[in-house]
Amino acid sequence: MSQTFPHNPLTRFITSDEASWCLQQYQNHGGYQGFRKSLEMSQGQLLDTLKESNLRGRGGAGFPTGLKWSFVPRGDDAPSPRYLIVNADEMEPGAFKDRMLLEKTPHQIIEGLLVGAQTLGASIGYIFLRGDYYLAEERLTQALNECRDAKLLGQNILGSELSFDIHLHTSAGRYICGEETALINSMEGKRATPRAKPPFPQVAGLWGKPTIVNNVETFCNLPHIINFGPQWFKELGREDDAGTKIFGVSGRVNNPGLWELPMGTPIREIIEQHAGGMCDGYSLKGFLPGGGSTDFLVEKHLDVPMDYDAIGKQGSRMGTGTIIILDDKYCPVSMVLNLIKFFAQESCGWCTPCRDGLPWAQVLLEKIERGEGELEDITQLEELCRFAAPGNTFCALAPGAVEPLQSALNYFREDFESHITQACCPFHAKQSLKLDADHSRSMNTDGGESHEQV
Amino acid sequence: MANRPQQAIPIALVETDASGLSEKEQHGIDALISHSPQLAGITIDALKLIQAERGWISDASLNALSIYTNIPVADLDSVATFYNLIFRQPVGTIVLHPCDGISCDLMGAEHIRQCLSHHLNINAGETTADNHFTLIPLPCLGACDKAPVMIANKQLFENMTETEIPELIRALGEVNK
Repeated sequence: MSQTFPHNPLTRFITSDEASWCLQQYQNHGGYQGFRKSLEMSQGQLLDTLKESNLRGRGGAGFPTGLKWSFVPRGDDAPSPRYLIVNADEMEPGAFKDRMLLEKTPHQIIEGLLVGAQTLGASIGYIFLRGDYYLAEERLTQALNECRDAKLLGQNILGSELSFDIHLHTSAGRYICGEETALINSMEGKRATPRAKPPFPQVAGLWGKPTIVNNVETFCNLPHIINFGPQWFKELGREDDAGTKIFGVSGRVNNPGLWELPMGTPIREIIEQHAGGMCDGYSLKGFLPGGGSTDFLVEKHLDVPMDYDAIGKQGSRMGTGTIIILDDKYCPVSMVLNLIKFFAQESCGWCTPCRDGLPWAQVLLEKIERGEGELEDITQLEELCRFAAPGNTFCALAPGAVEPLQSALNYFREDFESHITQACCPFHAKQSLKLDADHSRSMNTDGGESHEQV
Repeated sequence: MANRPQQAIPIALVETDASGLSEKEQHGIDALISHSPQLAGITIDALKLIQAERGWISDASLNALSIYTNIPVADLDSVATFYNLIFRQPVGTIVLHPCDGISCDLMGAEHIRQCLSHHLNINAGETTADNHFTLIPLPCLGACDKAPVMIANKQLFENMTETEIPELIRALGEVNK
């Protein structure tokens, strides 16, 4: 295949004939070329390429991948085996990008692991897959079998010195498994509680051996960086960050979905052009730029580019890059309550700010939502946000959980206060009026048929 | 235990030998042990394997697994009680997992969950009297552009509407016949 430089490396394999997950199709579109190229490069060259590309982890934290990988001990006397783990436990509220990559391009993930194995001399890879992703499980299993048959996995792959195999682990479901040390504990057959760091997994991870855990999308980028070079990768981004990103939008927009776009694409372009703007009758009140554990942003931030540091400067995080839209008809207190409830339920219980702080925040929010709140509850909530701040907890779950809460208290404070002063949820009051109207309309037109079931 | 269900629910019968595990289960667990660098690494997969055969993880199942693998029963139970998809109580033949993530709720999923509850006449966490359905909402199922969604019988149901629920339940119920 001729060397054309793609602008959409991650999704160009996805074709309309619905077989982009098969080995044949993937190879026809240039699949496994990056891996073949990596076999001709030394570990040092590969790591330098990765560092130079400026790739940052796509799971949410945005840590530079090359730097992370450079902490893994190398050389003949380095501990072995070394493990690679794909974090495919996508459970962030509002995030649905990994599912698409897992279902449509499983071979891209395998190729990413192979490039990683060649870079770090790893011998075993795991794909830690969310238990509810059944279609992804089926396709990954098929892809792994295809690779074993084609000698792309196993001993002396493609006649090289590299021996590497991949196991698929399907999770039993817990959000905390997305935290890399909790994920490792889970794989060791324990409760998924995070570990104290250091030691970092790169030095002592799974079974005490050097381990790299990276997100699905991060691994997917590796073969292309090797194949087309770090310069190409850097130039893909519109602003400071390199490469492309799978961005997504959910909520009351005309065309919710996922798109691979350059890093640094302005939020407005994603929401208005790609997601087709707000649905009729709804307007934008705010949005979470990168999933459920990121701070709210509002209309004045629409022209900010989706870049890790640019979003960071506005007081939020790019997270997973999947935007959740809060419309003007949905109660902001309700939205924050949904999120806090989720985080309280999914807290592993290991440290106090999370185990005790989040359920407490849930109780206060429920009280406010019911119309029984007092103004002191808002002060209490603000205190809880500080209580769960980074530095007070083992991992990022609690600090992430309070991000939407603290920012909602900032941007939508009037809504919290109106719940308290009016002693009810102003949104629910409006909604139930509307539902009553809809209901009587449907009874009139459907001859009473539809209301029987409800 | 306090959280045991009131009524006796018939569980799938698995033919076991003296160890309390079926031949199929033993083979499956042997294979897991051969792949894992350390014994404890099999815990979640072994529990899922037994659950796939029996529907849930009873005390007897935990004991049998502990005796067969030499993993302490307390270790097994600490794991079994931690994860959302390992059931320590009996569930119906089909477990309905409507999504209660924020993206689904923004699109009216709360109403869909109420309709499911109403149609089946059970609350979240309960099983129908005929033992056919259990309702367990799960957090964000990762299909937010198709909200509201539900997973049941390994299938993803997208863009759910109130009107399709009776037919959906009827079709899923066919598995029980």
